[in-house]
Amino acid sequence: MAEEYEVSIWRGDATGSFVDYTVPARASQTVLDIVTWVQRHIDPSLSYRFACRVGMCGSCAMNVNGAPRWTCRTHASKVTSSGKLQIAPLRNLPVIKDLACDMSEFFDKWKKAEARFHPTLTRHDKMEPILPANPARVAASAGIECINCAVCYSACDTVAWNTEYLGPAALNRAWTLVNDVRDGGQKERLQAVSADGGCHACHSHQSCQAYCPNQLNPTASIAGLKKRAMGAYLKGELK
Amino acid sequence: MSASRQKLLWIAALIHRVSGLVLAIFLPLHFLVLGLALSQASRLDGFLRWSDMPVVKVAEMGLVILLTVHLLGGLRLLVLENAGWSARQGAWALAAGGVSVIAGFAFLFQVL
Amino acid sequence: MTSLSGVRLYTWQRLSAAVMAPLVVLHLGTILYAVNAGLSAAEILARTQGSVFWGAIYSVFVLAAAIHAAIGLRAILVEWARLRPVSAGWVSAGFALVLLVLGLRAVGAVVLS
Repeated sequence: MAEEYEVSIWRGDATGSFVDYTVPARASQTVLDIVTWVQRHIDPSLSYRFACRVGMCGSCAMNVNGAPRWTCRTHASKVTSSGKLQIAPLRNLPVIKDLACDMSEFFDKWKKAEARFHPTLTRHDKMEPILPANPARVAASAGIECINCAVCYSACDTVAWNTEYLGPAALNRAWTLVNDVRDGGQKERLQAVSADGGCHACHSHQSCQAYCPNQLNPTASIAGLKKRAMGAYLKGELK
Repeated sequence: MSASRQKLLWIAALIHRVSGLVLAIFLPLHFLVLGLALSQASRLDGFLRWSDMPVVKVAEMGLVILLTVHLLGGLRLLVLENAGWSARQGAWALAAGGVSVIAGFAFLFQVL
Repeated sequence: MTSLSGVRLYTWQRLSAAVMAPLVVLHLGTILYAVNAGLSAAEILARTQGSVFWGAIYSVFVLAAAIHAAIGLRAILVEWARLRPVSAGWVSAGFALVLLVLGLRAVGAVVLS
């Protein structure tokens, strides 16, 4: 095992730079452990986000050696063989300070994609039976475990190239709702994902699918949206 | 997800875009040359004789490869977007590249 | 651009692609045939002049290619050249027109006697 890691951490906002730190290596050390060690022993002004530390909340997502990952679930030894690490804030989001970025646009696009549930029943109605084996439910369940960590959003080059693009997370959630028979907002949702920057802007690079820590597949969800939206368009249902 | 697989499909997408761009630039030139047949058939002949040069034949082979890879990559996308997900897209992308190169060589052997 | 430009452009792009798929295969076949059978102006024209079939086929090809290439170009202009979507739309529309005019002229050149 290496004795130490040479870690380059982004400091500042968009106009910052990488600063080097030397961190003692420990067994089973995660990248989040390393960031925390720097903040506690070298520079208390280092800003970063975390919460659960166990791979459930997605708060600790950062770019490690260029790849967006949950740092609490990334063993340092697994991402470097030379003892060098580069830690940066997630790509495609404005940097607030150091390793913390502004997630506002991520959630704004979530809303823009109509990736929210529109209820149709009230507490006075009978509960709608949704069979787990129902194909629409299977499709929805396949994408439902998204915790909005923005790893896919950061991995996506189309997000980087096209500021209008809603991004894989928002569109993935929209797809789960398209498949939710209880939802009453299907028309608005198809309109939303059919606009400029909607699902059709996806070029199927599949970086989102490659990097999602929950093994979700936004590319497949977006492919489903493309087909559904094109069908609705050809039938004149979209105006 | 293995990084190598992600890289493969990303490269496939890049090849698809670049091949399309090169073909799009080539197309007006192609049309202009063919249009010479309208009134300047002798100029077209002169141009076609120029294409006897080996370097031009190799360039044409390149165009055949680009056209074939763009077609096959595009078919892969059409299948993905209409027939559902497949885990074997990496294999298809590699096959598309292979078939395109074969098509290019088939062309080259015909013209050399 | 209305709010449905995403799905509209996508649909035209994919439909023109589907139309062109068999035409590209045909074209690759005719290329291989033509380089074998002779590539002088006279030999080409002997095969194509007066042919309603080739005229129709290649006119459709030109139309589909103009649409397909322009929409593809638009995406590249927005994403790589950083043009605004409206500007990219105009440039690619102009490109489609160029392809259409030059292409149909070329089809006419080899088909009309």
